[in-house]
Amino acid sequence: MVTGLGIVAPNGLGVGAYWDAVLNGRNGIGPLRRFTGDGRLGRLAGEVSDFVPEDHLPKRLLAQTDPMTQYALAAAEWALREAGCSPSSPLEAGVITASASGGFAFGQRELQNLWSKGPAHVSAYMSFAWFYAVNTGQIAIRHDLRGPVGVVVAEQAGGLDALAHARRKVRGGAELIVSGAVDSSLCPYGMAAQVKSGRLSGSDNPTAGYLPFDRRAAGHVPGEGGAILTVEDAERAAERGAKVYGSIAGYGASFDPPPGSGRPSALARAVETALADAGLDGSDIAVVFADGAAVPELDAAEAEALASVFGPRRVPVTAPKTLTGRLYSGAGPLDVATALLALRDEVVPATAHVDPDPDLPLDVVTGRPRSLADARAALVVARGYGGFNSALVVRGAE
Amino acid sequence: MNRRIVITGIGVVAPGAIGTKPFWELLLSGTTATRAISTFDATPFRSRIAAECDFDPVAAGLSAEQARRLDRAGQFALVAGQEALADSGLRIEEDSAHRVGVCVGTAVGCTQKLESEYVALSAGGAHWVVDPGRGSPELYDYFVPSSLAAEVAWLAGAEGPVNIVSAGCTSGIDSIGYACELIREGTVDAMVAGGVDAPIAPITVACFDAIRATSDHNDTPETASRPFSRSRNGFVLGEGGAIVVLEEAEAAVRRGARIYAEIGGYASRGNAYHMTGLRADGAEMAAAITAALDEARRDPSDVDYVNAHGTATKQNDRHETSAFKRSLGEHAYRVPISSIKSMIGHSLGAVGSLEVAATALAVEYGAIPPTANLHDPDPELDLDYVPLTAREKQVRHALTVGSGFGGFQSAMLLSRLER
Repeated sequence: MVTGLGIVAPNGLGVGAYWDAVLNGRNGIGPLRRFTGDGRLGRLAGEVSDFVPEDHLPKRLLAQTDPMTQYALAAAEWALREAGCSPSSPLEAGVITASASGGFAFGQRELQNLWSKGPAHVSAYMSFAWFYAVNTGQIAIRHDLRGPVGVVVAEQAGGLDALAHARRKVRGGAELIVSGAVDSSLCPYGMAAQVKSGRLSGSDNPTAGYLPFDRRAAGHVPGEGGAILTVEDAERAAERGAKVYGSIAGYGASFDPPPGSGRPSALARAVETALADAGLDGSDIAVVFADGAAVPELDAAEAEALASVFGPRRVPVTAPKTLTGRLYSGAGPLDVATALLALRDEVVPATAHVDPDPDLPLDVVTGRPRSLADARAALVVARGYGGFNSALVVRGAE
Repeated sequence: MNRRIVITGIGVVAPGAIGTKPFWELLLSGTTATRAISTFDATPFRSRIAAECDFDPVAAGLSAEQARRLDRAGQFALVAGQEALADSGLRIEEDSAHRVGVCVGTAVGCTQKLESEYVALSAGGAHWVVDPGRGSPELYDYFVPSSLAAEVAWLAGAEGPVNIVSAGCTSGIDSIGYACELIREGTVDAMVAGGVDAPIAPITVACFDAIRATSDHNDTPETASRPFSRSRNGFVLGEGGAIVVLEEAEAAVRRGARIYAEIGGYASRGNAYHMTGLRADGAEMAAAITAALDEARRDPSDVDYVNAHGTATKQNDRHETSAFKRSLGEHAYRVPISSIKSMIGHSLGAVGSLEVAATALAVEYGAIPPTANLHDPDPELDLDYVPLTAREKQVRHALTVGSGFGGFQSAMLLSRLER
């Protein structure tokens, strides 16, 4: 059961502000302001601009954390506060997060200290502030969570893998796992790496930079942020009368055949596995939160996979991430949070800015949010660079 | 579902030993592979020693293109993966590929390439706003360590779940533990899993210098890694990797596979204490050990050998000794415990897998590697750490444990497969 959400997104801090932004199409994408470049390091970004770290964290933690950890600590605190749970013992509660690329801004700064000034100038916090495991460690310490811990990495797919692993640990006896992912790599070196992926949009128009499933699709806009969720044992949540958003009902993951094999993507298999795991048919899924790479061949592959599972244009598909940019490992958990809110409020948020390619066999929800009746479950899809496919089914609260 | 998991193939790249056989010979001989850093000028650093691999990627079987393109960690992963797959004889066909997954452990990913690319893009640290024109086309692959898992998946032909597990210095155990969970629950029938890291580079050496975690026995590099010794003063940075092939036990037996050991139990816990510090009582590592034994339905007295984390930092060896006493009780005083980091150093996210490999080999061959350099035991640490010389001993059940920055504590129980 998911009992608490913590959201840090480019278009809203906290569940209320974010959900309001999504329903009203408030865009979190704007000109890249984190540093002044000449455009070769990207022009647009989904920056979290209204987060004041001092408001959320003690000074001691500010010095030792990258933005991705500052956001994650805030999100975890909000999720736990909302869940209002206290485990019977610290050993019964754990933390499982994902990361795509670690605390990169912190890493760049310390690389600069090392190479411009020398080894004595490298921060004592560098040994952990940029490594991929940092968010799990810091959340565990801050909330005294000493149960199962873990960190998974699969670029954008990893966030769903983390939530699935959290469910695995809860099924295995843990009372509570704080899980999800938050990423941020908008420093110059991080942007340089992302530019090299060949998948960034060159656009400088905030409403036309990230257009998945659109004929104009030409890469994505990178963003920062994500979501942290509390995943709890259902019985325990019921016993204490917790407010429940819904549950992680099914999960599947697959890896694509090697490039050049001529064989299709394995995404459909991940979706089918997730549906079977949830004990649901395609017809039970009220809405799909798509990966939406905004790379034409990847969009076509996703559309084909969804059409093969659900039938062409048989299920509403949306990608609210066009308002945030791609958040890497943070995207999956944020989409899961959004899906739970959509099921709660019986509404599908729209895919902003996009004019869907009519040749794709998808019913993309655009314009205004679409109302949902009797919606039971939603599917979230996330793909990681290199061939990683993950799919997760959520059910709403009964 | 009560599916059991066995190790059917092992591949190793270790300091002093490329390949499983030379690795095991090195460990039993008690020879150390630590030395003065040779790959860059370490003069400005506090700790100038490391356990380096004498590794030529092309001689080890990679193409020139792979050698150019891949970070050293990726090279280790492919070479160890190739050996493990060949050793196991597991055939992965197009129609079974979705039942096979990959889980690679790494603490710091492609850190060497990230550093060398940074130096190129920033003109030696001169510019904050770096010049992307100078970057290699593979920079994004180094940026996302998941590329390491993708390479292993392509090598193996695996199309099931593919992941990196990156839990700092327990990544090596945790990647194998995660893989076991996927087989146990029935998601897959086989996994190619294990950890790699290639951290011997200026930025990593500087990181550990800054917190004085590494040894500065610079004048005596060969004996610098001294777990459980009175004169221990930190770990010696290492590199390498171990990949294992894990299979559902019945299927492995059916196809007549060689079986090194069964993995019967695994658990991880966080200490929620400090990103780099350890509580002296070892309570969370003890909880992980107890949970791993419980999962395997074994008692402390069943444990014939403990492969320790044994980094040779002051706090680790104390913490771990407390954890053994807390979890194993009186049996902690009887069971042989050793640290192979005395010989191969501490390769961060790789070493846990090298230790799983060593523990599986101990089960297979009935021998226990020693703790090298243990001439002068710390009187506060009063267990049997198998000083200097290997022992012959039937090992039916063996524990291997790990502890890492971020508070990660992990334990795994390996056993001889009862048939």
